[in-house]
Amino acid sequence: MERKIKIKSRDVSVFYKDFKALHEININIEVNKVTALIGPSGCGKSTFLRTLNRLNELIEDTTTQGQVYIDEHPIYNKDTDVVALRQRVGMVFQKPSVFPMSIYENVAYGPRIHGIKNREQLDEIVENSLKAANLWAEVGNRLNSPAARLSGGQQQRLVIARVLAVEPQVILMDEPASALDPISTARLEELIGELKKDYTIVIVTHNMQQAARISDYTGFFLNGELVEFSITDEIFVNPRDKRTEDYITGRFG
Amino acid sequence: MAHDSLQDELEKLKEDLLKMGRLLQQQVDNAVKALTDKDIQLAQQVIENDDLIDAMEMDIEKRALGLIALKQPVAKDLRLIASIFRIIIDIERMADHAEDIAQAANDLYDQVYIKPLIDIPRMAAVAQDMLEKALKSFTEENYDLAMALIPLEKELDGLYDQVFNELLIYMMRDQKNIPQATALLLIAGHLERIGDHTTNIAEMVVYVLEGRRIDLNRISRERSS
Repeated sequence: MERKIKIKSRDVSVFYKDFKALHEININIEVNKVTALIGPSGCGKSTFLRTLNRLNELIEDTTTQGQVYIDEHPIYNKDTDVVALRQRVGMVFQKPSVFPMSIYENVAYGPRIHGIKNREQLDEIVENSLKAANLWAEVGNRLNSPAARLSGGQQQRLVIARVLAVEPQVILMDEPASALDPISTARLEELIGELKKDYTIVIVTHNMQQAARISDYTGFFLNGELVEFSITDEIFVNPRDKRTEDYITGRFG
Repeated sequence: MAHDSLQDELEKLKEDLLKMGRLLQQQVDNAVKALTDKDIQLAQQVIENDDLIDAMEMDIEKRALGLIALKQPVAKDLRLIASIFRIIIDIERMADHAEDIAQAANDLYDQVYIKPLIDIPRMAAVAQDMLEKALKSFTEENYDLAMALIPLEKELDGLYDQVFNELLIYMMRDQKNIPQATALLLIAGHLERIGDHTTNIAEMVVYVLEGRRIDLNRISRERSS
């Protein structure tokens, strides 16, 4: 069966001033799959994640080399509309960053910025996004209450709803469950499994069991290099590289 | 250190699997001895000891399951546990074959053998050699030793064919030989099956070491054809 590739990175390197944080990363990310990036702290997995929607550019003294293709379109081009790119490639961070406004306004914020003003249309987007983020049942009757009052797990799903509201194709997640309790984590993982039907998901996680549970593909990063990239089963049952084996079995260092 | 204890637990499991294997070797040895020496007490002992093997299988299985639940082993650790699950089944089956041989020794106790038992003890010796190499290849994680079972498997099959043909002639020569010849044929069959189970162990050793599944019996057949 042919794999349909959504994202392709070619020789992507990232420098923080003179320090080379990523070394020529080549990876093919399949559409409608969950791809997990694992590795010890400082291995470059989050840096790589941020290259996929050019978020590293917001960090000072950072330069990126190489090219990333999304649906065969190079995103590191002068004429790339970065705002449109980040709308297509949404991001969910470790700590849920809800805006100090109501649940409704949090979700409607993106669509509004993108020019949607019609109230009915916004209502529909908010409802659909919250439903897709498995949050509607819990908050549908209190959309006007402050988002900050939600639990951590609910806030994280609200952030996902906010990402979904601008109709992305790819969702990047950087340790999205690390601040959540086990029940919220289980809900989030379930949600990720549902979202991949419509989106391509790339997730950075420190939790290897989480990667094993939810991802279809796993990439292992070490010292800025992609050591191994394979079907998740393969990585966790029969890794090819000794460094991968050492890391996932905890014999590292 | 959680991972240290996983290593310790795995080592203990391997040791206990080896103990189970050593008991099995003794069972096969005694079963064949009971047959050749017409030692009915020894046969009885083999039959009783089978419960010990079963208990060991249950104990190892329970602990291996616990490790999966509590330690979430991956990669080689996971393959090792998966192979332990399979190997204890192979050992338990081999023990059943040993018990069946002991049972046959019991049944044949008051009969005069229609022929001197020569090839059956030879088959037992080859099967024991295979079992020893299989267990050693597992505990020492020795690939070459695992592959060393291939020619032995061939030898054992050859001996089985020889016993089969010989007993067939005895049956044709005199119908009265049929019951005992059938019993002896079954015994040879048990030994041949024990050999097959040892190759399963060797296959799991290759899986633990390299993550790929091979079929030693097929390799053995291909090499002989």
